[in-house]
Amino acid sequence: MKHYWFTEEHEMLRRVVREFSEQEIRPKIRELDAKEEFDRSILDKMGEMGFLGVCIPVRYGGAGMDYLALGIVSEMLEWGDTAFRETISVHVALNSLAIFQWGTEEQKEKWLIPQARGEKIACYALTEPNAGSDVRGIQTRAVRQGDVYILNGEKMWITLADVADHFLVFAKTDPEAGHRGISAFLVERGAPGLKTGTIHGKLGARASNTGWIVFEDTPVPAENMLGEEGEGFKIAMSALDNGRYTVAAGAVGVIRASLEESVAYAKQRTAFGQPIANFQLVQQKIALMQQRLDVATQLVYHAGWLKNQGIRNTRETSVAKWYATEAAFASANDAIQIHGAYGYSNEYNVERYLRNAKGAVIYEGTSEIHTLLQAQYALGYRKDKPLRRELPAYDPEEWTREA
Amino acid sequence: MKFTVLLKQTPDTAELPKITPEQALAGNQGVTKVVNPWDEYAVEEGIRLKERFGGETVAMSMGPDEVDEALKSALAMGCDRAVRLWDESFEGSDVWGTALVLAKGVEKDGGADVILTGKMSVDGNSGAVAHGVACKLGVSLLTQVAKIVDISDGMITVERLLDEGRETVRAPLPAVVSVVKEINEPRYPTFIRIRKASRAKIPVLTAADLGLSPDQVGAAAAKVKWTELVKPPAKKREVVIIEGETPEEKARKLLDYLMNVEKVI
Repeated sequence: MKHYWFTEEHEMLRRVVREFSEQEIRPKIRELDAKEEFDRSILDKMGEMGFLGVCIPVRYGGAGMDYLALGIVSEMLEWGDTAFRETISVHVALNSLAIFQWGTEEQKEKWLIPQARGEKIACYALTEPNAGSDVRGIQTRAVRQGDVYILNGEKMWITLADVADHFLVFAKTDPEAGHRGISAFLVERGAPGLKTGTIHGKLGARASNTGWIVFEDTPVPAENMLGEEGEGFKIAMSALDNGRYTVAAGAVGVIRASLEESVAYAKQRTAFGQPIANFQLVQQKIALMQQRLDVATQLVYHAGWLKNQGIRNTRETSVAKWYATEAAFASANDAIQIHGAYGYSNEYNVERYLRNAKGAVIYEGTSEIHTLLQAQYALGYRKDKPLRRELPAYDPEEWTREA
Repeated sequence: MKFTVLLKQTPDTAELPKITPEQALAGNQGVTKVVNPWDEYAVEEGIRLKERFGGETVAMSMGPDEVDEALKSALAMGCDRAVRLWDESFEGSDVWGTALVLAKGVEKDGGADVILTGKMSVDGNSGAVAHGVACKLGVSLLTQVAKIVDISDGMITVERLLDEGRETVRAPLPAVVSVVKEINEPRYPTFIRIRKASRAKIPVLTAADLGLSPDQVGAAAAKVKWTELVKPPAKKREVVIIEGETPEEKARKLLDYLMNVEKVI
C-alpha cells in the first residue's frame, strides 16, 4: 500500500531493510530465540549500513534521514524480529535522540557522533526493580561531590545492558523533590563500580539482550549531566515519545508479518477439500489483520510526520503505541489460530510473534498507562507544556549538510 | 579506468511463479521488480574494481521509466552514475536488438575499459546479451567469470568457472565480462547512499541520441519472436523405498535403480 507521506527515499529504505531482515535475521532467528542469544554480528552490519544513526544529521555522524525513516527501519526490522527493533529503540530513539534534543555541543561531539556512526552502542537506564510505570519512584541516587556525582543504585529490564558502551542513566539528585528531583547522566562502560548482567528466561524478544545494571559508588563527571539538574524526568518522558514511536512502528511490522504469513498459509493449507482461505471465519481473521495494519500504519506515521514538523506529539505517539502493540498481539494470536497446531509450534514464525508482541504491551508505558493518558487528554486533565528544548524538526538541508 | 555495468530490471524471483504466460508475453507482469540477481554481482564487481584500480563505475540499463528504480539501487550500492537507454522504438527488442542498444549506449557514454554484466537474467534466461554486446563493440568476451585476477598493461586476467574446475585466461581490453555468483557477495547499500540515490536524476539516451533507426531495433527488427510461452510442468516428487534383506542387497538394488531406472549415474 502506497502512502502519501512516503518519498522514493522511504520506499528504497523499506526495500533494503526488508531485504536485510530477510537475509540476515530471519534465517537465524529461530535458533537465536531458542538459545536466548544476541547476535553481535547483525548489530555490526547494522552499524556499517547506517541503521544506528538513521535520523541523526550527517554532521553528527548520522545518515541525515527523517523521523519517518526511523519508523520504517523499526517496522521492517521487527518484521524480521523484535530483537533488532529493540536495539534501534534504545540506541537511536531513547538515547541518541535524547542527546540530540537536550545535549550540549560538546556532549554531541563526545557521545552522539560515535553512536550515530555505530562505533559505540548506547542504552537507556530508567526502570528499576521497584519502579517501572512509577518513574518518580526510582531509588538510584546521585550525590554531588566536587566535580563528580556519585551514583548508587540498580537498574532492571534494560535493553542492551550487557552490550552497550554508553548508558543514559536517571537518578535522584534531590529525593525530596519528587519528579523534579530526577537528573539524567551519560555514563561510559568501564566507570568504577558499574556492573551489568543479562536476564534470561523471558517469554519473548529472546534474541534481544535485556539485563540489569548496578552502580556502586560510581563517579560520573558533572559535565556528563544531560540537561540541567532536576530536568531528568522531562528528559526521560521526551525520550519515551521517541522510544514509543519505534515500539509502535515495530508493532506494525509484527502485524504485517502475521498477515503475510497467514495469507500464504491459508492459501496452501487445505481442509474439507479446499484451501482454508475459502472459509469465512478464516477470512474474518485476515480482514481484521488488514484493518489493524492500516489503522496502525496511519497512527504511527502520522506521529512520525508530526515529529518531522517539530510538533509536540506525546498524545499521538501514545495512542499509536497503545493501539499498534495491542493490534500486534491480537494479530499474532489470530495468525496462530489460522496456522492451527502448526502455529503452536516453532516450525512457523507466528508463535514467536505472539511471545514478542506481549512484551510491547508492557514496556514503554503499559496499555493501562496509555489508556489513562488518553482519558486525561480527552478530559482536559493533562496538557503538554512546552519543553525547554524541543525535539528538532526535520530540516532536510541542514541534516544532510556534509561538514 | 572506467567500468560500465549493464543491468536489467527483472521480477523478484520469489514472485516469478505468480506470473502467467499471458502476462509475460504482454510484458505486463504486475509484480515487484528488482535488479536481476545475477547483475547484482556485476554491480558489486564493478564497484570493487573501482576500489581496486581507481576510476569510475557506471550503471546502464535499457528500459522505461520504472527501470530508474533498478539503476538507483546500483547507485545506492556505490556506482558513481547511471545512464538509462530508452525510446518507444526499443519496445519488443530481442537479444540482438537489446545488445545493439546497449553497445551503442556504451559507445555514446565514451566507451569503457571493462563492461560487466550477470551471466543471464532470471526472466529471459538467454544468457546471450553479453555475447551480443561484445560482438557489436568488437571487443573481447569473457564469460562465466568467477574472479578478476588483474588488470594491467591493457590486459585483463580472469578465472572462468568451468564444469570441472577453473581456468585462468587473459584478454586485451576493452572486454565484456559476464560474471557468476561465485565472484563476490554483493554489499548492502548504506543509508547515506540510499538517500542520495533516491534523489538522483538519471539521464536518458534515446534512439536519436544513439544514432539508431526504428528498423534496427524493437519488435520490427527482432529476429527472435516468442510465439508461445508455457509454464514448465510441476516437478514430480516420488519417494521410493528400496527393500532388501541385507544392507549389501539394498545397496546393490539402489545402485541398479540409479543406473538403470533413473539413469542419473
